[in-house]
Order: sequence, then C-alpha cells, then structure tokens
Amino acid sequence: MIEVRKLVKRFGLKTILRGLDFQVGQGEFVALLGPNGAGKTTFLRILASLSRPSLGEIHVAGFSLPHQAAQVRQKLGVVSHMPLLYGDLTAEENLRFFGNMYNTANLNPRIGEVLDLVGLISRRKDLVRTFSRGMQQRLAIGRAVLHDPEVMLFDEPHTGLDQDACDMLDKVLRDVAARGRTVVMTSHDLARVEELATRFDVLSKGIISASINKSELRTDNILTFYKKALAGGNA
Amino acid sequence: MPEKKLPAARSGNFIKAVFAIAWKDLSAELRSRELISAMLVFALLVILIFNFALKLDAKTRITATSGILWVTFTFAGTLGLNRSMAVEKDRGCLDGLLLAPVDRSSIYFGKMISNLVFMFIIEAIVLPLYSVLYNVNLFNPGLLLVILLGSVGYIAIGTLLAAMAVQTRTRDVMLPILLFPVVIPVVVAAVEASGGFLQGMVASELMYWINLLLVYDVIFIAIAFMVFDYVVEE
Repeated sequence: MIEVRKLVKRFGLKTILRGLDFQVGQGEFVALLGPNGAGKTTFLRILASLSRPSLGEIHVAGFSLPHQAAQVRQKLGVVSHMPLLYGDLTAEENLRFFGNMYNTANLNPRIGEVLDLVGLISRRKDLVRTFSRGMQQRLAIGRAVLHDPEVMLFDEPHTGLDQDACDMLDKVLRDVAARGRTVVMTSHDLARVEELATRFDVLSKGIISASINKSELRTDNILTFYKKALAGGNA
Repeated sequence: MPEKKLPAARSGNFIKAVFAIAWKDLSAELRSRELISAMLVFALLVILIFNFALKLDAKTRITATSGILWVTFTFAGTLGLNRSMAVEKDRGCLDGLLLAPVDRSSIYFGKMISNLVFMFIIEAIVLPLYSVLYNVNLFNPGLLLVILLGSVGYIAIGTLLAAMAVQTRTRDVMLPILLFPVVIPVVVAAVEASGGFLQGMVASELMYWINLLLVYDVIFIAIAFMVFDYVVEE
C-alpha cells in the first residue's frame, strides 16, 4: 500500500531523511517511533504530498509521488496534532466543506455516519471553537475518514489530550483499523502504540533503523526494543 | 465516452472546490465578523483623518478624492488579505486545504472570491460615507467600473502574495512590503481613471488607464494561477 525507496529530504544544507526505505502492506497499523527531530513529521508530510522529496521513489495506494499527488490525496486521510478545522463553522459545516473538497458521494448521510462514529452526533450544530481539545481531535478524525480513504496517516494525534480524551481517541483509532484501513502513526507514547499497532518502526538518523512486528515482541517489551534500536543494537 | 467526461468532471470538481472555499470563508466571517470589522474601522479612520488633516476647498476636494479613496481601499485591503490567510495558517487549516484532491489553484480562486467580496462590502460602505463627509458625488458608473477593475487587480495579486507572506514569521510586515511595489501600476491606473471620471471626463478619454487596469487584472490572475501551487508547497 505504501512503498518508499531511497527517500532523501533536504532543507537547504540540512539533510533530514537519508535514503529511507519503508514498506507498509494493506491493513497494517505501523507505529513510527523516534526521538524529536528524527524526521517523522517530515516523512509523513512527504507521504501526504504536503512536501516534495529531494530524491527517491514513493508509491501510495498505487500512485507515485509527487507526480500523481492529487490521486494520492484522494486515497489519504491525515490527522495531525493540529485539528485542521474551522472554529467559526459547526461540526456539520466543517464536514460538509471537506466533503465538497473531496467530492464525497452521498454527503449528507455520510456526515451523519461519521459524526456517529466519532461520538459527536449530538453536537453537530455546535461551533467547533466551543469544543474541547479532545472533541476537536475526534472531529479531526471524522474529517480524515469522511471520504473513506484507504490509507490513514496520524502525526502524534494524542498530543495535548487528557487521559479520557486519549482513551476515546484510541477507541476511534481501533475502529478505523478494524475497518481494514492501512495506518501509519507517529507517537512518543510507547505504551499506547504497543496496544494499537501491529508493527513498530524506529526512525533515527534519517533512516528506518529498526523494525519489529507485534508478534515478535515476546522477550522484549516496546521500551526495550526502542532503546536498543536507538542505541543501534536492533537494526 | 469516459475520456471526454474526464475534463468536464475535473472542471466541475474545480468549480465546486472554488465555491466551497468561498462559501466557507463567507460563512465563517458572517459569524465572527473579525475581518470585515477590522477593515471597516480602519477604512473609516483613514477617511476621517484625511478629512481633518486636509483643509480642502471644493475644487481640490474633487482632485484629491481618487487618491484618498485608493489609499483607503489599499490599506484596508491589506488588513483583510493578511487576516484571511492567517486564519488558514494559525489552526493548520491551510494543510487541510492542501490535502484535498483538487487542483490547488482552486484554493487561490476560492480565497480570491471571498477576499473580493470583503473588499466590495467595505467599498459599498465607504463610498456613501465619503460622499457625505466630503460632499462629493461618487455615484458615477465610470468610477464604479474603475473601482471594480482596480479591486480585482489588487485582490488578485494580494491573495497570491498573502499566501507567500503567511509562511514567514514576519507575515504582518511582509505582506505590504511584497504587495505595494507590485501593485503600484494598478493603483496609479485606478487613481488616474477615478480622478478623470470625477472631473467629468468621458470613458473614451480614459481608455488608456482602463485598458491598463484590464491588462494588469488578466496578467495578475494568470500569474497567480500558474504559480500558486509552488507558493504554498514546502
């Protein structure tokens, strides 16, 4: 579903990604781990066609980037720590706007379905600026799944949420994964991603330095694996 | 045949996206009234300051009017352009727009339409007020045509440059610095044509300036259409 070969990203003289290789199969839930500044957000922004790669090949859902960016964007749903929503529009108006931008079929019933999925159906007529951070993040997920994308990218979606909001977000994430969507999520919360993801990749020094499936996490827990990966002991 | 439907479907999506963005901006502004109120207060203050600062007799009032009007529209317009793009950037909404599977120039045209509507609203309020304060009749079809053409040119390039400026840390300062030098031909042509109409000249005598406005409108829109994608991409 996602195939990346020899990806390089430079900002001026600074090289962020140094020949990164990355593959994700359909229905996989990959947690992308790594220290601050490792390039996780940059990598997700390239996959989302928000940033151009300096070098390398990228294929998402059968389309190549950056040449077929519009086709890739049709297959993608993106959630970041920013909600990407308009505070002066209601929840329903936000979804209607993005539904029109994605040319979503049967928009009215679909908006109802999505609001139901994220537990905001009773607040559909309320302005988004009156929502708590957790509610905004749930609506952000609703915005991202509205056009039924095949691939979902989550960039630290738990940032700034309290425990209850995180648990509710996890429930929505599990539901998204259970519907067979391919998910790539960056996070610093190892315990949380250990429960959600089916594979764990560590991005360090501009490459994927280690990767492990959940089924292989027998002797090591996620924290030990992560520390070893950063130390260069599990490449 | 599917091959023939594709361009039509694409242009249908393009138009749908343009109007979705314009509708979104207008709906949000209808609720918050942040942008219009800031532009309007600023425009009224400029007019009042000129009214008190310049002691104009009846004849010089006519000749000064076009200059005062365009200074007012230009400065108030800059406030609106800055705010219109800042709203997108501050909550990450620009990324939300860029993630949509539409031609990115539709974002430009959507923003341009909404900015133009805000500008026209300000002009519709400022013109009668100016007429009353300065005792000058501004309800001249020629003048209204010039205001229309000048506003289109100003907003066309202003929307593009606001999208550039909003990516910088000093966006509030950056927009006027980028915009004013580029927009000088539009402002000069608009001031000359407006002044001509106010002094009783006929359209045929002012065709040079009107044509210049038309040409700049077309050039600015065409440039923005071609480069907007590169301006908003990292």
